[in-house]
Amino acid sequence: MKLKKLIIASSIVASSLVTSITYAADTIKVGVLHSLSGTMAISETTLKDTVLMMIDKQNKAGGILGKQLEAVVVDPASNWPLFAEKTRELLAKEKVDVIFGCWTSVSRKSALPVLEELNGLLFYPVQYEGEESSKNVFYTGAAPNQQAIPAIDYLMNDIGAKRWVLAGTDYVYPRTTNKVLKAYLKSKGVKDEDIMVNYTPFGHSDWQSIVAEVKKFGSAGKKTAVVSTINGDANIPFYKELGNQGVSAEDIPVVAFSVGEEELSGFDTKPLVGHLAAWNYFQSVESDENETFIADWKKYIGDDKRVTNDPMEATYIGFKMWAKAVEKAGTTDVDAVEQAMIGVAVPNLTGGTAVMNANHHLSKPVLIGEIQEDGQFEVVWETPDTVIGDAWSDYLPSSKNLISDWTAPVKCGNFDVKTAKCSGQNF
Amino acid sequence: MLRIFSAFICCLLAWQSIANGDVTLTKTSVSTSVSNDAELATLFKKLPVTKLSKMQLLIEQLSATKTPQVKQAFNYLLNGELYYIKANKQVVHAQINEDKKYALTDVLTNTPLDVVAKSKIRKIKTNNRLRGSLRSLLAQFDLTDPNKEIRIAAVKQLLDKPNQTGIDTITKLVKKEQDTDVRELMQVTLLVEQLLNGEHEEKLAAVKQLKTSLEPSVLNEMTNQLSKIAKSTSSTPLSVEDKALKVALEKAIADIDDRKGIFEFAENLFFGVSLGSVLLLAAIGLAITFGVMGVINMAHGEMMMLGAYTTYVIQQAFPQYIEYSLLMAIPAAFLVSGLVGVGIERGVIRHLKGRPLETLLATFGISLILQQLVRSIFSPLNRQVLTPEWMSGSWQINPIFSLTFNRLYIIIFSLMVFVALLMILKKTSLGLHVRAVSQNRDMARALSIKSDWVDAITFGLGSGIAGIAGVVLSQLTNVGPNLGQAYIIDSFLVVVFGGVGNLWGTLVAAMSLGAFNKFLEPVTGSVLANIIVLVGLVLFIQKKPKGLFPQKGRSAD
Repeated sequence: MKLKKLIIASSIVASSLVTSITYAADTIKVGVLHSLSGTMAISETTLKDTVLMMIDKQNKAGGILGKQLEAVVVDPASNWPLFAEKTRELLAKEKVDVIFGCWTSVSRKSALPVLEELNGLLFYPVQYEGEESSKNVFYTGAAPNQQAIPAIDYLMNDIGAKRWVLAGTDYVYPRTTNKVLKAYLKSKGVKDEDIMVNYTPFGHSDWQSIVAEVKKFGSAGKKTAVVSTINGDANIPFYKELGNQGVSAEDIPVVAFSVGEEELSGFDTKPLVGHLAAWNYFQSVESDENETFIADWKKYIGDDKRVTNDPMEATYIGFKMWAKAVEKAGTTDVDAVEQAMIGVAVPNLTGGTAVMNANHHLSKPVLIGEIQEDGQFEVVWETPDTVIGDAWSDYLPSSKNLISDWTAPVKCGNFDVKTAKCSGQNF
Repeated sequence: MLRIFSAFICCLLAWQSIANGDVTLTKTSVSTSVSNDAELATLFKKLPVTKLSKMQLLIEQLSATKTPQVKQAFNYLLNGELYYIKANKQVVHAQINEDKKYALTDVLTNTPLDVVAKSKIRKIKTNNRLRGSLRSLLAQFDLTDPNKEIRIAAVKQLLDKPNQTGIDTITKLVKKEQDTDVRELMQVTLLVEQLLNGEHEEKLAAVKQLKTSLEPSVLNEMTNQLSKIAKSTSSTPLSVEDKALKVALEKAIADIDDRKGIFEFAENLFFGVSLGSVLLLAAIGLAITFGVMGVINMAHGEMMMLGAYTTYVIQQAFPQYIEYSLLMAIPAAFLVSGLVGVGIERGVIRHLKGRPLETLLATFGISLILQQLVRSIFSPLNRQVLTPEWMSGSWQINPIFSLTFNRLYIIIFSLMVFVALLMILKKTSLGLHVRAVSQNRDMARALSIKSDWVDAITFGLGSGIAGIAGVVLSQLTNVGPNLGQAYIIDSFLVVVFGGVGNLWGTLVAAMSLGAFNKFLEPVTGSVLANIIVLVGLVLFIQKKPKGLFPQKGRSAD
């Protein structure tokens, strides 16, 4: 009796295993690792929808290598350790061929060891602080030299800023970015007393004293600018307080790296008008690809008021590149795709071409936009050419000799050009 | 090429004429010669095709024509209402109407044109720098504006970025100026100019008079002068004159710094009290439910969230009454949160009487349910709550000290709520019943007080006040499903620190926590300030577990 049960049970397991294998052979599995609940859900849900839209479109166009794509969506719930667990689930249990996901740097750092251990492939679509290059990750968002440094150049040369406030939320991205920026400013001859650094906790809402301090700092007769790495939610009280204390964008412009169209859609934009943001994409950019993308998005999501933003473009570019690389390699094998990715070029949404470089970072244009009353940006400046993403900042003493090159013969994420050694520790 | 050159000469000549004091030109005599109009037309034609980096020169040329059209066009440009027609590059003023169409007017002739769709026209771009120069150029037009505020802004502009034309204009106007505020500011501007470029005697006199001014640029210029003198000493010994000036400057700077110190203290105090009054509003509802009834209500934050969303709904329902939306939202939020509170009390808490742990868990569950409910109804994205005009801006007391209106109103409002609540508890029969039940439930019941009913009303009252706090918070922070979470811990801190069951304790605790935080922040930074406050509180509770004002007597247990 017992034996019979066991046989039945094992045959069920076996048959289900077989079906899942045959099923897997028919489709290419795409993992989506974005938080759908918790604090990051606001930003990440949009990216999940973007990936699903891209998959949908690709499938309608015949899939890749004659196979249909199948999305496997998991919810790491804004919980950093859960990102590692969910990555393991996607790679070991679901056997996905590629993962699109993560937003915060800490979530990426949490998933990274699992990706390297199980040899997975992650496309990371958000601007980040750099100082990392893993064989298993493609960084389609901006590195500091593709967002922060050009923004400083713009403020210095076009606005004439002489004093700098570096304000950020207290976590890894602002701290590292500000370190890079401080080193950069000093290399440009800015003195210590002309730089003010300020950190605030997540979700800070009482900005009175900080704005008063910025005002005082800015009244010393030199043009002052604020470089803000303040995290999404805390921004609106900050800008409101600036407005209330009578600090206008003309007196002290604020350039933000985390404020995009999506964030602005929940804001009363009146106090923000005229302040700046630096991105690689704005919804307002006029190009044929962009128009199609916006129309597709609004149709897919079924809401005419939804906006597009920079991480969505990064997801779009990443997905297109991956599809192209798989076609090129003729397989979804991670190592083959990884090598095929390097050098792949796809049109970006701002009318140019994005190229994947040997360091797993993109070449992108950098745009500076001014916030408008309707929550959109107006481009006031852009780099004349695309900028190559730099994994290791040249302005930090610890990383200025490091380069990343995943092509033979170097094949290393942190190659020291002075000692010609590869430490093997990529993050 | 020749045309550009001649335009340049023209503009030079025009500047010369203003420098000679021809200010009346702006108001009265508008030169309507054919050549001038033609020049204006060519300059305007360049607006759509000029790159942002080259715009500076163009607007200076335009401003040199000194025509009212230019002044008007500059104002349009500042407000983002200056467009050009894509087809023929005609520069127009575009005003959006109710059907989202744009009504066009020619800027040169002021003749109304067609009403067109957005796609037919394109905005003429500006950036911050350009807007700055536009304002500076407009300032010269504005020095004679009948509106006092505009005149003050114009003089301020020139005080920060002086130019010779502006200074000459002020010199002429200062004697005629009727308003004392404007005249004083003009005098300060002239004195700063005297300090910079005057003879030695004039400089000394200027320093003496400027000693009382708190304008930041005065202090900056004084410091600059001082460092200039200090620099020159390294090469040559100081002359007697320079020495006298140096002493005078040092004394003046010290005087100004002293006065600045006083105002900085006042500013910090204001910030502290305003943070305190927000904490008071958030905590006072909890002081009733937790303090008086002894219910640990983890859903208190969500009551605030509901209040904030009520404000949002009211603004959506009456978009034409944004200015009054807050006044309407206060009673509405009180009702919504109050009724939900009564519902929670009747439905859940009543059945868990005397079991604090279960109450805590149940209310925590309710808070999650409410958050998800709001997330499902309104989406997880933050909602946009508009700020009425009267809530924005600040009351400028002097150049370095101002009180923001929104904070000022909130301080007054939270004190009003506090007093009203105190009155309800002390002077009404409901308050008497509440106090009786909280002190001795059985005895109160024996005296025919319906204790169940009193519990429900008390809980509703506390929740309703949390709803009112939500209306206030909607003006300060993001309105989203997580709004309450940010304030629930602070609320409990305030109540525990002040002493459970004591409204006055809550007031003192909120204010002192606020002030303590704000005085620490400039010194330690906000992250460390938060930590220090928390550690301080932990130590305090160790020493005095019952808070600042513990309840005394038998009812304390």
